[in-house]
Amino acid sequence: MESILTFDSLLFTVVVKVLVIVAFFLVAALVVGYLEHKVMGHMQDRTGPMEAGLGPVKHGVGQLVADGAKFIQKEDIIPRSADRWVFAIAPGVALVPTLMILVVIPFGPGVWAENLDLGLFFALAASGVTVIGVLMAGWASANKFSLMGAIRDAAQLIAYELPLVLAGAAVALQAGTLSLVEIVERQNELVLFDTIPVWYGVPQVIGFGLFFVAAMAELNRPPFDMPIADSEIIAGHMTEYTGLRYAFFMLSEYAGMVVLSALAVVLFLGGWYPWPGADLPDGAWGAVIGTVTTIAKTVILAMVMTWARATFPRLREDQLQRMAWTILIPLALAQIVVIAIVIVVLP
Amino acid sequence: MSVPDLFMLGALVLGGAAALLVVTARNVVHAALYLVVALVAVAAAFLWMGAEFLAWAQVLVYVGAVVVLILFGLMLTRAPIGPMAQHNENRKFAVAVSVGLFALLMTLIVTTVGDATLDVTPVRVADLGEVLYVQWAFPFMVLGFLLTVALIGALVLARREEGEGPLPDEGPDDARDERERAPASSDVTSAPGSGDAGQQIGAP
Repeated sequence: MESILTFDSLLFTVVVKVLVIVAFFLVAALVVGYLEHKVMGHMQDRTGPMEAGLGPVKHGVGQLVADGAKFIQKEDIIPRSADRWVFAIAPGVALVPTLMILVVIPFGPGVWAENLDLGLFFALAASGVTVIGVLMAGWASANKFSLMGAIRDAAQLIAYELPLVLAGAAVALQAGTLSLVEIVERQNELVLFDTIPVWYGVPQVIGFGLFFVAAMAELNRPPFDMPIADSEIIAGHMTEYTGLRYAFFMLSEYAGMVVLSALAVVLFLGGWYPWPGADLPDGAWGAVIGTVTTIAKTVILAMVMTWARATFPRLREDQLQRMAWTILIPLALAQIVVIAIVIVVLP
Repeated sequence: MSVPDLFMLGALVLGGAAALLVVTARNVVHAALYLVVALVAVAAAFLWMGAEFLAWAQVLVYVGAVVVLILFGLMLTRAPIGPMAQHNENRKFAVAVSVGLFALLMTLIVTTVGDATLDVTPVRVADLGEVLYVQWAFPFMVLGFLLTVALIGALVLARREEGEGPLPDEGPDDARDERERAPASSDVTSAPGSGDAGQQIGAP
């Protein structure tokens, strides 16, 4: 099936795809950021932002737009002893990989930018590049807190990249393909014991958990936010940043939540199908229902990340490393072995 | 020249320039960052030649892991900002070796496959898997075994034998604290003027 964003002119197609992806990237980050403000507020028995609104709609819906406007007005400060060039481009390097992953994520039948043969592999490869931006920022700031944050972030990424990739590999094993679109379609055909249709999240519930935890750790989301622990190292690699560049880092965190949640939905929760074994109508209605379903599931997962942030205390650095190397990675390896055996034994 | 040719040329020029900057950069972190550009350019070249899997593997392994480890190691040890003093006596020798090697390789490549035309058909992952895991399964497994042995060997080398170095239970932290405390207390006793203040702070 072709992407619905395909037109006769190649140039026009490319321009439309880039515009749609960037627009979605910005809007999704704003929406999830706003939801986090509100949801976490209510979890802590307060209301969150209430005043800023867009037109007649209040309840703080304009809060992040106002924040963005504020960030744009701020003075762009580069410390005197900083490495100017590296400092300046680091936020962009951290942001672009997240944007790249969005290219391959399917939101509905036909609603994707590219259906790569290697979609999953591409997404996992791109997700590992973000840390270079973080290391650049931490080093170029000429600040020991920044440097420590960056080093912690790199150590964390090396540790949690493995369970993320292994959990993804187990899904690819069961689906027999690396294309994210085909993974969604195969997933919908899975029937347990010839009666119960399920998604990969059921037979691979361990993998789903591993993927989700590793995704939170990759994004430095609490409880895995040791690299930006405010009580120890101020804000880690972001300590010296102000204005638009700081906003870029925040944007890549919230967009990263959306992107990795959407990837988890595609891999484990049936993608655009509302329930296991569902049948979507062809044409525009199918695309609309599918897109709404994917986005709804993605938002729910992003809210679970917020829930975790409001619930768990921050893990210590050694606890973080021990959890990855002694629990998550052995579990992921064991899961792959079990899945491989089951795939071979059951035709 | 067609559009893919132009892209290919762009990737090669960019990669070559970045590779030159890696060895001429005056700052070791800059060199590592230029290495990222060079490796991404190589990935782009792979992509334009239809080797999609190889291209993304290049990004995942080299950019996402190897360079990150290099940067990590540099920043953990010593990586000041700004140009660094370079005491490199072997520079001329290194230049001669690399220029010679480049000339040799280019001559070999041009004389053997110089006039061959590349058939750019994208390789499907399924075909790649077929070749790797069926046709060449035994060499592939031997390679995997070798790499595992190398990994375990590295672990054995990195882990201290029992009896060497401080035991984890004895707490090297305590020993260090002792050392750090010793000169401070001797200062206090030798300088009576400031000794009172120091003892008052130290007293419970």
